Amino acid sequence: MEKLPEKAFMINPVIKGGSKLVSTKRIAADFKVFSRGYLRNKFGLFFGLIFPIILILIFGAIFSGSSSGTITVYAQNKDTGPFPTPQMDIATQFLNALNSSGTIRVVTVAASENFSQYLADHSASEGIVIPENFSANYLTAQQVDVTVYGNPTSSTSGIVTGTVSGVANYFNLQRFNGSMVIGLTQTTVNTQQTKYVDFLIPGLIGFSILVSPMFSLVNISSEYKKTKLFKQLSLTPLTKMEWLASKVLFYIVLSVVSFLLMVAVGVFAFGAHVTLTLWLIPFLILGPMLFAALGMLVGTVTKNPETAGVIGNIVTFPMMFLSGTFFPISIMPEYLQGIAHVLPLYYIIEGLNAVMVYANYAQALIDIAVVTAITIVIFAAAVKLFKWRED
Amino acid sequence: MKPVEVNSLRKSYGNLKAVDGISFTVNEGEVFGLLGPNGAGKTTTIEILEGLRKKDEGTAKVLGFDPWQKGYELHRKIGVIPQDFTFFEKQTPREGIKYYADLFNVKIDPDEILKEVLLEDSAKNLFENLSGGQKQKMGLALSLVNSPDLLFLDEPTTGLDPNARRAIWEVIRGLKAKGKTIILTTHYLDEAQQLSDRVAIMDHGRIVAMGTSDEIIEKHGSGERLQIHGSEKLADYIRANTELKVEYSNGVISIPLKQKIDALAALAAAEQSKMDWGEIQTRRDSLDDVFVRLVSGTMDEHGEITGKSVHDKSSNQRRQ
Repeated sequence: MEKLPEKAFMINPVIKGGSKLVSTKRIAADFKVFSRGYLRNKFGLFFGLIFPIILILIFGAIFSGSSSGTITVYAQNKDTGPFPTPQMDIATQFLNALNSSGTIRVVTVAASENFSQYLADHSASEGIVIPENFSANYLTAQQVDVTVYGNPTSSTSGIVTGTVSGVANYFNLQRFNGSMVIGLTQTTVNTQQTKYVDFLIPGLIGFSILVSPMFSLVNISSEYKKTKLFKQLSLTPLTKMEWLASKVLFYIVLSVVSFLLMVAVGVFAFGAHVTLTLWLIPFLILGPMLFAALGMLVGTVTKNPETAGVIGNIVTFPMMFLSGTFFPISIMPEYLQGIAHVLPLYYIIEGLNAVMVYANYAQALIDIAVVTAITIVIFAAAVKLFKWRED
Repeated sequence: MKPVEVNSLRKSYGNLKAVDGISFTVNEGEVFGLLGPNGAGKTTTIEILEGLRKKDEGTAKVLGFDPWQKGYELHRKIGVIPQDFTFFEKQTPREGIKYYADLFNVKIDPDEILKEVLLEDSAKNLFENLSGGQKQKMGLALSLVNSPDLLFLDEPTTGLDPNARRAIWEVIRGLKAKGKTIILTTHYLDEAQQLSDRVAIMDHGRIVAMGTSDEIIEKHGSGERLQIHGSEKLADYIRANTELKVEYSNGVISIPLKQKIDALAALAAAEQSKMDWGEIQTRRDSLDDVFVRLVSGTMDEHGEITGKSVHDKSSNQRRQ
């Protein structure tokens, strides 16, 4: 390095870029310092990158192999009667019999729905349709077919077909001594069967999008306030917007790295089915932005790091568990599902699932819209309330 | 225009008048010391000047700027070490200097600054591993990145061991030698005396004395006095046989001298008494004596606790 003469320090250097506008150079400088600090801190690295992978390995191992008890099957009952006596509603009895088989759980779909479309919208590959006049035909011993939707490559579909066929046989045996009155037609659905690990990966990506920026920003923004580091930074040309921008940028990069690691582990260790598309990008950008801003907001409105930590946990933990991180929210009771719907992370994970598992882009678009709106509100609030200096 | 001009500045936090109508100016190239006990209002004053706090009333002009309104412009031209300076734990001094250079968009040689603050040896140690003195030196280094002509040092040596304090003093003297204007707050008398051209003594938000050390001593001190180590009986004897004012405390007889010849009268009386007496000396009030008198005086009037610790400590030291 060329040594400057002592005198050079007496002369004021020419200071360019005196405007208060956002300077990419300053963002880059702050980004460099922050990421270097992050990489030197083993703790942050562990929670940012290693921990989510450990979670995938643990949860993946717990739920791999054994199929979970009952299979959810959508059923549409087109047999609307009329039934002179309830005993003559054979269609309902048929569905009840399916339910009591123990292998499948029937979820009824209104007769007015377009069933194939409904299955696609709900990312389901198994379904049953009871035709019109099913009961009447059965009672008068006229041949009638139940339609079973399924994916031939999926073992779940096989179980559903087997169960329906078993129940049909039982009904045939009971009244007609085994002659084929109720038959089965099969319709192929191309939706892929989803495994637990397929849900787990988007869930844990959501988890890491939430946890790293959130905890970090709660911590930094309250600590820097306490140690007066913010005050000190306010004495440099760095603006608070630039400071926040560099943090958001850093956590976007971290989320992408963490995303790639988790997908790799999921695919190679558990053979997960993951679709990688450009649709993921909005979530990987908006997510870190949202939670960095939320963490900052918590750190800003609280008096000291201790309170900030507590409030941060109160905000973070319900989201961590109720947003579909470790298990699909459909298995939760309804009131918890209601809570899930007010948690921002829910929409990120729903969106990631829609994109990575179900290729349901209409759903993804809604989620992107919701997440964008929440992000704008939280970000604006954080920037407004966050102060470099005090009055 | 002077680098710093303050007029009737006031700032309250609720009922507490942290800064209660102070006025002063700082001349170019001088080291101006704000001296006072903890809670006197030094940091509030300096933070208003740095543009970190909003004043309530009065005017403050720093390099011609209103520090609060034009803070962003002002900050490019001043250097600051806040009280309890701290930095990102996982960065080295050299990296910190590079970071500030990028933020200020200036081209500088980090080694040059590290040398200037006597921190070359620790250039590559992480901030969290630096000693208290080294941390302060790093703060000084950062405050120099934008080559400011005006520096604010808020208690730069508080909590440091004596060697580290002297090292910081050396750096500050070097900066002064380069013609920088420096405003320094401290609650150490020796620091104010060692470094400052002029001192303002603050207490309870007011400036109770201001000027060079000599000026303050001249104005607020009690002048020259003769001290004789001897008994209270001897003190009584001198009092009875001269027209001098004689004070006695802890084996020391103290006689204020209106003129030098008074000493002769006192000594003649002592000799005449045939009593034993020990060491004799004449002394003037130090800034220390004046400081304790001024600050404790204010404390007694208001019965406030602020400033008491400094007062107690100083008077204990005097008794020893």
